Amino acid sequence: MNNEGTPRKMESNHRLASVLATGLFVILCGFIAFPLLAGLLASFRPGRELVQNGLAINFDFSTMTVDNYKYLFGLAGDNSKVDSAKYFMWYKNSLILTILTVILTLLVCYFVAYGLTMYKFRLQGFLFFLVIATMCVPFEILMLPLYQEVTALKIINTRAGVILPGLCAASTIFFFRQYMQSLPKELLDAARIDGCTEYGISVKIMMPITKPAFASMAILCAMGSWNNMLWPMLVFRDTSKFTLQIGLNTLLTPYGNNYDLLIAGSMFGIIPILVIYLIFQKYLIDGMTAGAVKG
Amino acid sequence: MSKFKKLFYSQKVAPFVFVLPFILSLLIFWAYPLISGIIMSFQDISFGSRSFVGTAHYSKLLKDKFFITAVSNSVEYMLLTLVLMIPIPLLLAVLMESRITKAKGVWKVIMYIPALTSVVISGMLFRMMFSEAAGSQMNQLMAFLGRTPIAWLKTKWTAWIALLLLCMWRWTGVNMLYFVSGLKSIDGSLYESAEIDGCNAKQKFWYVTLPLIKPTTIYVITISVYAGLSMFLESFMLWNGNSSPKNIGLTIVGYLYKRGIEKNDLGYACAVGMVLMIIALVINVIQLIATGTFKKED
Repeated sequence: MNNEGTPRKMESNHRLASVLATGLFVILCGFIAFPLLAGLLASFRPGRELVQNGLAINFDFSTMTVDNYKYLFGLAGDNSKVDSAKYFMWYKNSLILTILTVILTLLVCYFVAYGLTMYKFRLQGFLFFLVIATMCVPFEILMLPLYQEVTALKIINTRAGVILPGLCAASTIFFFRQYMQSLPKELLDAARIDGCTEYGISVKIMMPITKPAFASMAILCAMGSWNNMLWPMLVFRDTSKFTLQIGLNTLLTPYGNNYDLLIAGSMFGIIPILVIYLIFQKYLIDGMTAGAVKG
Repeated sequence: MSKFKKLFYSQKVAPFVFVLPFILSLLIFWAYPLISGIIMSFQDISFGSRSFVGTAHYSKLLKDKFFITAVSNSVEYMLLTLVLMIPIPLLLAVLMESRITKAKGVWKVIMYIPALTSVVISGMLFRMMFSEAAGSQMNQLMAFLGRTPIAWLKTKWTAWIALLLLCMWRWTGVNMLYFVSGLKSIDGSLYESAEIDGCNAKQKFWYVTLPLIKPTTIYVITISVYAGLSMFLESFMLWNGNSSPKNIGLTIVGYLYKRGIEKNDLGYACAVGMVLMIIALVINVIQLIATGTFKKED
């Protein structure tokens, strides 16, 4: 990286630096893959081994079985059938909750951001300030009063109780606004002349243009919802309503009698979000960096 | 068209219709719980009956040694995560965006994957890797170094290695991507002119990259301060529940959860929450002043 030296020396320096830098990322990615790989390998071994020996990379293929997965899918006797039904109920609950959360949150946040961005009106600046203000109070502080409120509103133990308080996600509104600001407002006037109503414009004209923003927010929102734990744990009381994360947590007992199900179930529980991520990863990076650039 | 309908479709009313859900949500699910949380922190609440106790909860908090442990743990955790989770991701981002790194896309995709795993799953994996059993990953490492197995999660500093590694494992990639996007917004010609002026790589980093990436840095610091101070689930998963030996993993939110949910002492728990909010706001204001965010840009 020095300006001195002959071109040939510079080139070989460059090559060395390239090997070192790329090597660093290879090692780093190795560390990152490590716990997941160890977990994946452990899911092909009896769960009690996990309690007795802890978790480590173990390539002893001779002792590997698919028993845990057989158990998970209800193929290993009556107990297995009961546990499997329970697990996939949680799985289904998580899927439904995630899909509902994503659709509702995105729609609401889109329209709010549209209103905040596409018009000039009194209170506009103040309302946007309030959007930012809601980000400055950690959710954990609101948690207990909100829990009481949700109980009083009789939406405790329901999906509405989980979804409604988070519907107007400030960061999502912020991102949509950021995205819409870069779009030309002349489009709106053209549509108005053509006789489109204000609401028609927001749906028929702007929504198709903001598709990339929808894609990146959808994946962030889906991740957040699939992995959300604290608030659903407070709202849902019946085992039949638990999400996957809460359910997995109940399998973690000091006795380790559920670990077959736990380890296989955990690995299987990463799959939906991993698939979505791998499909949409290029949108994700745009989405998560929305607030970072303009500050 | 009726008068009402006409008004509803006018450009004057439409923006309010659009932002109505936000206003409702703000009032019902933000302002109301916030205010009721403040009020509850001055009340004694037990099974339906409420009575005002003034600042009794707050003065009790000052003498509550569990609370003091929780605050010092949370603040310590936040500071350590700042030390680890700002400079390292920043340097990685610079390296990632430099010409010398090959196959960038692959590393970016892999480094984000830990953030996809839930805290339940990642916490469980780390708990098992740091298990006191001789066969666990960390104790195998100890055996390799010729040491005896360690009960990692039972003493503070070894347990915190696990806690901080869990945090680094999950969030290094995410923070790095924030910095990458910040770096991408820097005008490349600035580096060229710096090079013409004879700047070396180190000088370019100090005088071009660092000042220009400041908005991103402030953003990452802000979210890290909040995340660090309100950390709870990581500790909850690592110790398999809300209690750790000698409270080495007790955090402010952990204590709030313990008093509010487990012991049903809502008034006291709300006071804990208010202290958390005050600490978060104070740190943020200090941080914003220190980084010059309030100064008018010229």
